Amino acid sequence: MSTATPFALLANATAIPWADVPEWPAPDFVRATSAELDRGARLCAWFGVPEDATRTRLVAVLAYDADNTLAAGRSLPFTDSYPALTTMQAQAHLFEREVWEQHGVVPEGHPWLKPVRRSAQDAPANAPFFRVEGGEVHEVAVGPVHAGIIEPGHFRFQCAGEEVLHLEIALGYQHRGAERALQRGPHRATMFQMETVAGDATIAHATAYASVLEALGGREAPLRAQWLRAIALELERLANHTGDLGALANDVAFLPTAAACGKLRGDFLNLTAMIGGNRFGRGIVRPGGSGHDLEHERAARLGELLMISLDDTEQAVSWLWDAPSVRARFESVGRVSPSQAAALGLVGPSARGCGLVRDVRYDHPAGWHRFAQAPVVVWPGGDVFARARVRSLEIQRSGEFLRDQLIAPPDDDDGEALPEPEPHTLAVALVESWRGEVCHTAITDGEGRFRRYKIVDPSFHNWSGLAMAMRGGAISDFPLCNKSFNLSYCGFDL
Amino acid sequence: MLVTDLLLHRLARGIETMAYPDGPAPALPDRHGGALRVDGAKCVDGCDECVAVCPTEAITRAESGPIALDLGRCIFCAECVKTCPAGAITQTGDHRMAARERGDLILGERGHEEVRLAAALDEKLRRLFGRSLRLRQVSAGGCNACEADVNVLGTIGWDLGRFGIQFVASPRHADGLLITGPVTNNMKLALQKTWDAVPDPKIVIAVGACAIAGGPFVGHPEVNDGAASTVPVDLFIPGCPPHPLTILDGLLRLLDRLGDRRIAGAASENAGGTTRDTIER
Repeated sequence: MSTATPFALLANATAIPWADVPEWPAPDFVRATSAELDRGARLCAWFGVPEDATRTRLVAVLAYDADNTLAAGRSLPFTDSYPALTTMQAQAHLFEREVWEQHGVVPEGHPWLKPVRRSAQDAPANAPFFRVEGGEVHEVAVGPVHAGIIEPGHFRFQCAGEEVLHLEIALGYQHRGAERALQRGPHRATMFQMETVAGDATIAHATAYASVLEALGGREAPLRAQWLRAIALELERLANHTGDLGALANDVAFLPTAAACGKLRGDFLNLTAMIGGNRFGRGIVRPGGSGHDLEHERAARLGELLMISLDDTEQAVSWLWDAPSVRARFESVGRVSPSQAAALGLVGPSARGCGLVRDVRYDHPAGWHRFAQAPVVVWPGGDVFARARVRSLEIQRSGEFLRDQLIAPPDDDDGEALPEPEPHTLAVALVESWRGEVCHTAITDGEGRFRRYKIVDPSFHNWSGLAMAMRGGAISDFPLCNKSFNLSYCGFDL
Repeated sequence: MLVTDLLLHRLARGIETMAYPDGPAPALPDRHGGALRVDGAKCVDGCDECVAVCPTEAITRAESGPIALDLGRCIFCAECVKTCPAGAITQTGDHRMAARERGDLILGERGHEEVRLAAALDEKLRRLFGRSLRLRQVSAGGCNACEADVNVLGTIGWDLGRFGIQFVASPRHADGLLITGPVTNNMKLALQKTWDAVPDPKIVIAVGACAIAGGPFVGHPEVNDGAASTVPVDLFIPGCPPHPLTILDGLLRLLDRLGDRRIAGAASENAGGTTRDTIER
């Protein structure tokens, strides 16, 4: 049971004094973390905190989904190196590469230690690549610029004929310094940068950031604002899931659903724009409250339009399941096993499409989700079909959630001003974005400014899932597999 | 039967593409606000309240004189509109804000209260691209919002293809680039190479606050504060992200495909709102 954990327990969107986070010498900390992960915890975040000019601490944020609690632990300050967690826990592999890149401490024994997003003048330093040797083996390089209107990233395939033996995904092209800029924050631009960490998940990242500030300040946002955030979060999910199903249909040349969903996605974005004018929800979430209100008549109108769009979506998506040509292309393509998904720490629809039950809204409810939840959608199989089914069912659940919540707003209560962040405090906020778990962790200094702010986009966990899904598959299935994950490049690159 | 269902559905739905630009433009969301207008003459002496609230430092005020608001750098948070005690900064509700020159987006001086909207390409380029423009899209640090609202122009509601505008998969097939994002250091080389690979003559369109000036990430050492840092830009389309209508207006303006409608609009003013095209519609 997690109650016996040596880590400090805390609930989602709460804070604890930095001094109350238990500490171990680095090798013991790695072993302790590994033991918790073996007992069923998940690694939400693993990052370094500079202690002084030369020494670094490691921090782990864990989630015990079944016990609805989070936990935090840290190492004592150290220099140079520590024994890698990755050798025991695959889900740590990118986190440890990142720690090495950001703080220069070497995870001893890491099997593939190379930069995550570091710049080498005018391109990321993401080579050399893993290579498979052999007479029949050839290498395919794709990107960074892709053949569509999409963010940049590089994919390096090792193939034998059509078959992909290995895919290495090299990112970093979108690196804008989003996390570095948070040092000594919050700054005037911080809220707006949070809304563009991953611009298609504006509500999720903005809510996580606002929740962190509210936890640090010791005062919740007014219920009305929490309600509005939950509504905007589901509208964001509807728009993106609908767009994804259309894009999946397009990739198997099934144009009826592709055409209909392309337009319906825009309709859902327009519903978000009814709240604050912006189709991506910019300006809705603000620390301590919200930038706009959804008044009674506006909510009623939004609800009416929503029902029309949901009906249209239901019909357009149903064609996917009725068309044998679609099922033939979706089924058994891009398969990830449940054990692989668990080992890699996948989150969101990518995990739920492998049968893993993990959804922050249900496992770690914060804000409005303490009062109202959508049932968790799970589908076994781990293939493109399962990831599409999860999205389609989540569209239904989100629709039902919105229908219930839009007619039951809490009273409009004027919140008091948000107090300044407490000094020497650690706060964690998880939000279930449409891609999966967004995790924001802040540690304040003696003046209540950010000493360290760590953003983990769900894509950081899930890109490895895409690489695994391609293994043993045909390279011609890559666009379809890629779309079935639809991960963020800028959310990863920060 | 799936096929019958599909065919009947399509027949029942009819044409879902909007009438614009032949008909009226779709309405912006009522809280969108549209472009900004800056009446620098209204600025109170010594006041710089708007300067202090702008997250991207898009507003500056010289020692003497009115404020200057750079709509290219603006992310349309409207904090300045709420803050200004003199009502000097207002939202016009106008979706049109594309400009050919960077300076045309600087608002505030007398005669320059609003955006100086983009002129069409010269005749030679218009003859080449006016009815067939192929663009390569490069995201160079874009957050996927500008990308999404460019993408939406390809859906059946907007149907960019009816203007002969199409996004292509290779720079070799392209007449120009449409760039989003602040141009990260890590994408600078790829953007340069993509531009080099587009045959002459070619044009460049910068979409969104990031591609024009760096957006929320302006000044970060990891970015280059916009596309013009790397390639020459022919059209700037402001927004964070720009509404699809704003992007479409910019593209059609550049190709001079809005000409007929401008005449109809002028006629409507003369005829007190009853225009030939509303009667015909």
